[in-house]
Order: sequence, then structure tokens, then C-alpha cells
Amino acid sequence: MDINMTLLGQSIAMLVFVWFCMKFIWPPIMNAIEERQTQIADGLAAAERGQQSLDKAQAESEDIVGDARKQATTILDQAHARASEIVAEGKTDGAKERERQVAAAVADVEQETNRAREELRGQVSAIAVASAEKILRREIDATTHEDILSKLAAEL
Amino acid sequence: MAAESGHETLTSGDYIAHHLHNLQVCRADGEWVWNHCAGNPMALNVDSMFFSVLLGVVFIWIFGRAAKKASAGTPGKMQAFVEIVVDFIDSSVKDTYHGKSKLIAPLALTIFVWVFFMNLMDLIPVDWLPEVGLMIGIPYLKVVPTTDVNITFGMSIAVFFLVIFYTVKSKGVLGFVKELTLHPIAPPTKGAGLIAAPFIIAFNFILETVALLAKPLSLSLRLFGNMFAGELIFILIAMLGIWQLPLHFAWAVFHVLIVTLQAFIFMMLTVVYLTLAQEEH
Repeated sequence: MDINMTLLGQSIAMLVFVWFCMKFIWPPIMNAIEERQTQIADGLAAAERGQQSLDKAQAESEDIVGDARKQATTILDQAHARASEIVAEGKTDGAKERERQVAAAVADVEQETNRAREELRGQVSAIAVASAEKILRREIDATTHEDILSKLAAEL
Repeated sequence: MAAESGHETLTSGDYIAHHLHNLQVCRADGEWVWNHCAGNPMALNVDSMFFSVLLGVVFIWIFGRAAKKASAGTPGKMQAFVEIVVDFIDSSVKDTYHGKSKLIAPLALTIFVWVFFMNLMDLIPVDWLPEVGLMIGIPYLKVVPTTDVNITFGMSIAVFFLVIFYTVKSKGVLGFVKELTLHPIAPPTKGAGLIAAPFIIAFNFILETVALLAKPLSLSLRLFGNMFAGELIFILIAMLGIWQLPLHFAWAVFHVLIVTLQAFIFMMLTVVYLTLAQEEH
């Protein structure tokens, strides 16, 4: 337990180790730690910025989807309105067509009736003339009394 | 284990004395002499120096490797461990020391890790390395450098000179002298009290010198005392036969605490002394 040269040796050894540590160990490790600290801080800041822009984008996309939904509803409503309009139009068109056809049929029928009536009238007058001829054969010539006969036919 | 230590007529006193004996070399009568150097101030404790320098090199190797590979990228496991230690020391130093010196933090790191490694040698069972030494012809081997008072004094004296260096550097030689003489009692500068001034200065000087010298003394004796006592208890436990196993384990667990704590205290007090050296009172 005497004090001897070991003391001096240990002092020198210690100063050498401390010098080495100060020169070659401490600075690179400290630099690396500090550099990584800034990197991590930057990374965290970037992540936060990313989160913020993501939130913004989400809000925007929700807006866009909402607008689109609104537009779609409007378009759907318009389509419905247009469809009922078309149906209504069809109904009116159909009714008109029906009326037109009914009117045409009625006109046809009238025409036919008139034609038939004319024919009948002709036949009746012919029959009348024939009967009158038969009656008057003996007394009246058909040609002399033609004006009276046609007058009679027109009156029928 | 006592009976296995080599000699037939070995008492427990011999066993303990053998374990506490350094392997020494010195020059006597113009020749290099081994182990007959009691009281010779030029002797060298070869075992203490060897393990001390070896552990210092281990420290340099582990941390130097990490420093060489240090980058801001993802650290490896060893790198992360080294960085945890460095960061721990850095924050401890920054809590106390607010100056700009580039020396104090690496000094604290070196002291902490080196003293920790030297203390840790205490946990190697006390007979292992000395027995190996005996086998290869080394008669004495004390494996824990911090149980050698020369080692702890060597470090605390280096710290002491750093304290003086930093005091002179930050306050000048005059400031250093003033610090030794004008505190804690300020001598009167005028009037009749002027006669008393030399006595007050002398009183201050004695007081401050004692305070200054007490720093390295307490620093080294605290570490030495703790480690020496711990080592002695390990040696005593080693003489108990089979019962040493649980006892050794229990004491080793407790000693891990002392090993770390003493390394930390040595480092922290060094930082505190160097901080005080650069601050105005």
C-alpha cells in the first residue's frame, strides 16, 4: 500500500486516455447524435405537415363528393320530371290521335252514309220512275215528263 | 479455496495478505528486482498498471469502434449502447457544467467508463486470475486496479492539476492567488485593521490550501476505500468453503451497485471540482 511510481504511471495513462477520448471518440459520437436529433426533429415536422395536408385533402374530397351527390340528385330529379313530362305528352298525343281517328272514322261513316243515301235516292227515284213509268205507260211518255221527274228526284 | 492457494502451510492471514500484495518491480542495487520493493518509492505495481491500462484500452477500443462507425443513420446495437452512455454522461455534465470547455465531457466519460471497468474486475472470483498467474509463474496478482491506492491517487492528482490549470486559465495566476488568500474572510484594506490583514491572509491561505488538497484526497480515498473494503469482503467470503457460493452471489449483487455508484461519484465530483474552478465564488 506504499505510494510509488504507479501513481505517476496512472496519471500519465489517464491523461493519454482522456486526450484520446477528447480527440477521437467524443466528437464523432456527439456529432452523430446531434445530427440524428435534427433528422428526427425534421422527420417529425414533415410527418405533421403530411398529416395536415392529408386532413385538408380529405376535407376537400368530402366537399367534392358532397357536390357530386347534390348534382346527381338534381339530375335525377330533372330526369324524373322529364320522364313524367314525356308520359304526359304521350298521353295527350294519344288522346289527340284517338280523337283524330274517331273523327276520321265518323267522317268516313258519314261519307258512306251519304253515298248510300245518294245511291238509295237514285234507286228510289229509278224505282219511282219505273213504277211511275209502269203507271203512266199507257198515258205519258217518259221523255216528255223528264223535267218533272228530275225535279221530283231532287226533292227526295 | 484457501487450501488450494499454493502452499501447504497457508493460514487465512497469509491467504489474505497474498491477495492484497501487488506484483511489484523496482531497481535495487543497480538491478531490476521483483517483489522485494517494500517502501521503495520508485517501485511500480505491475499488476495494477497492467489491468488499468488494459481496461483503458478496452474502453478506447469499444468506444473508438463506435466513434469510427458513428453516423446519423440507424445505429447498430453496440452503437446505440455507446450512444446511451455518451448521452447519459453528456446530460450529467450539462446539468452541472455550463462552460465551453471541450475537455470536461470527454474527461467525465473516460473517468466513468474506465473506473467502472476497473471496479468491475472485483466481480471476477478472487482466486481465478491469481491462480492462473501462479500457474504461469506470477507470484502475486491483484486484479482490481482501484483497490490500489496508487491508481486512485494517480487519477485524482491528474484531476487536481486540471483543477489548478482551469482555475489559472479562467481567473489568471493572480485570481488563483486571490482565491487562496482573500477567502473566506476578506482582509480589511484600510484603517487600523490593516495590521491584522497579514494574519487573516495567512489564515485564509491555510484554510483554502487544506480545502484545495482535500479535494483530490477525498476523491481518491473514497473510491479506494469502497473498492478495497469490497475486495476484502470477497476474499473473506472466499475462505468459507461451499458456503461462499450464495454469499458471494449476494455480495456481488450488492457490489454491482457500489461499482457503478463509485464510478459515477468519481466522475460527478470531478465535474463539480472543474466547474468550481471556472466559476466565480
